[in-house]
Amino acid sequence: MISPSLPKPLLWGGGGLLAAGLALAAVAARGEGEQVVSMTAMKFEFTPETVTLKKGVPVILELTSLDRTHGFTIPELKLRADILPDQTVRVRIVPEKVGRYGFHCDNFCGDGHEDMSGTIVVTE
Amino acid sequence: MTKGIDRREFAKLIGLGGVVFASGLVNPLAGSAARAAAMADDFFFVQLSDTHWGFKGKPNPEAEHTFPMAIKAVNELPEQPDFIVFTGDLTHTTDDVAERKKRMTEFKEMLKGLKTQRIYLMPGEHDGSLDKSAAFKEILHPETHYTFDHKGVHFIVLDNVSDPGAALGDEQLAWLADDLKKQKPETRIVVFTHRPLFDLYPQWDWATRDGAKAVDLLMPHKNVTVFYGHIHQENHHMTGHIAHHSAKSLVFPLPAPGSQEKRTPLAWDPNHPFKGLGWREVTAEAKKGDYRILEIPVNKAEA
Repeated sequence: MISPSLPKPLLWGGGGLLAAGLALAAVAARGEGEQVVSMTAMKFEFTPETVTLKKGVPVILELTSLDRTHGFTIPELKLRADILPDQTVRVRIVPEKVGRYGFHCDNFCGDGHEDMSGTIVVTE
Repeated sequence: MTKGIDRREFAKLIGLGGVVFASGLVNPLAGSAARAAAMADDFFFVQLSDTHWGFKGKPNPEAEHTFPMAIKAVNELPEQPDFIVFTGDLTHTTDDVAERKKRMTEFKEMLKGLKTQRIYLMPGEHDGSLDKSAAFKEILHPETHYTFDHKGVHFIVLDNVSDPGAALGDEQLAWLADDLKKQKPETRIVVFTHRPLFDLYPQWDWATRDGAKAVDLLMPHKNVTVFYGHIHQENHHMTGHIAHHSAKSLVFPLPAPGSQEKRTPLAWDPNHPFKGLGWREVTAEAKKGDYRILEIPVNKAEA
C-alpha cells in the first residue's frame, strides 16, 4: 500500500504563513531522491491522470487548481485535501506496496465531475 | 411470480431481521393485492429518485420520456400513495444558472401531473452543489432539511449535497440531534436523503463525509430506516440495526459498487430499453414495524 507519513503536517496549502512555513520546512527537509510530482486539476480532469511511483520512494504531490475549487482524495488512505485556485496543496505519500490506487475529485464541480479521477500506480 | 410468502419468513430467508424486501416477490402490476390485506394504519408511499431532468446523452436517448412514464405509472396505481418522495438529483446539473432554473421550473410543472400532490423533495448534488441549493430553495422547496410526521412515523429529510464536499455539516447535525432528543426511543423513524450516510464505496464518492456522525445520532433509536438515491441502483445495507435502501434511478443505471474501474453509466440497450430504471412503493406496516419494498420497473415488460 501507499501511506501518507505524518498525516497531519502532510497536507498544506499556500493560504497562510504558518502553512507556507510548514511547506518550506518540509520541502527543505525532504530526503535525497524524494520525488515531487506537479498535478493540476481542472474541470473535469487531473493532469496527469496517471501517476507512476516507485515502491519505497516518498513523493510529494503538488496540486493546483486552474479554475475552481476541486477536491483530491485517495479513499484507501483516508487522505483528502481541497484544491483551491491559485494555491498549491502539497501531499506527501510513501508508497509501501505495489498496486493501483484510485484518486478523484470529491468536491462536486459540475457536469463531468463523476469522470474526474485518476490512478496512482506503484511499481517495484 | 410468487405470492403469499409470510413476511417474517422472508425476512428470515434473507437474514435481515425485521426488514422485508418484497422485490421480485409480488407482481408489480398487481401491487395493490398486498395492500388490500393491510391494516387500517398501514400506509404506503412512493419513492422516485434521480430523475436528472434535462439530461441528454447516450446512456438514455429516451430521457425526456422516462420521467413522464413514471408519472403515468404512479397515477395508474389502483390506489394512490399517501405521499411521494423524490430523493434528489431531480434535475441534471448545469453551470448555466438560467438553464438550471428552467429545468427546475419544468420539473415543478411536471409534478402537477401527479394525482398525489403530497410531495416531498430534497436536492441531490446535481440540484444543489453548485449554488448551495439556492435555485432549489427558490423554485422547488424553501428548505433542504426538515421533518414531517405521518401515521405514527417520524420522517427526517437530511441534506448531504448543498455542501459540495458532501457533508451534512455541524449545524445540520446539531439540528438532527435536537430533533432526535424529542423522539421516544421506540418511535419509528424514516430518514430520506440523497447520498448514502455510510461508506458504501468512497472510491466513487458514494458516501457522506460526516455521515457516520448522523448514523451515531440515530443509533440509540430502535426503529430507523434510511431511504436514499444517488447510486442509481437498488442496494440494501445494515449499519447495526439501521437499514439503508437505495433506489433505482429514472435516467440511467450505474454499475455495482467497485464492479469496474470507473463509475460510467451502464450502456443503453436498444433491445431492452429502460432496463435498470425504476421506482418503488414502500408499505409501512403498522403492526410489525416493517417496510415492504416493491420495486417497479419503468419498462413494465421487465416485471
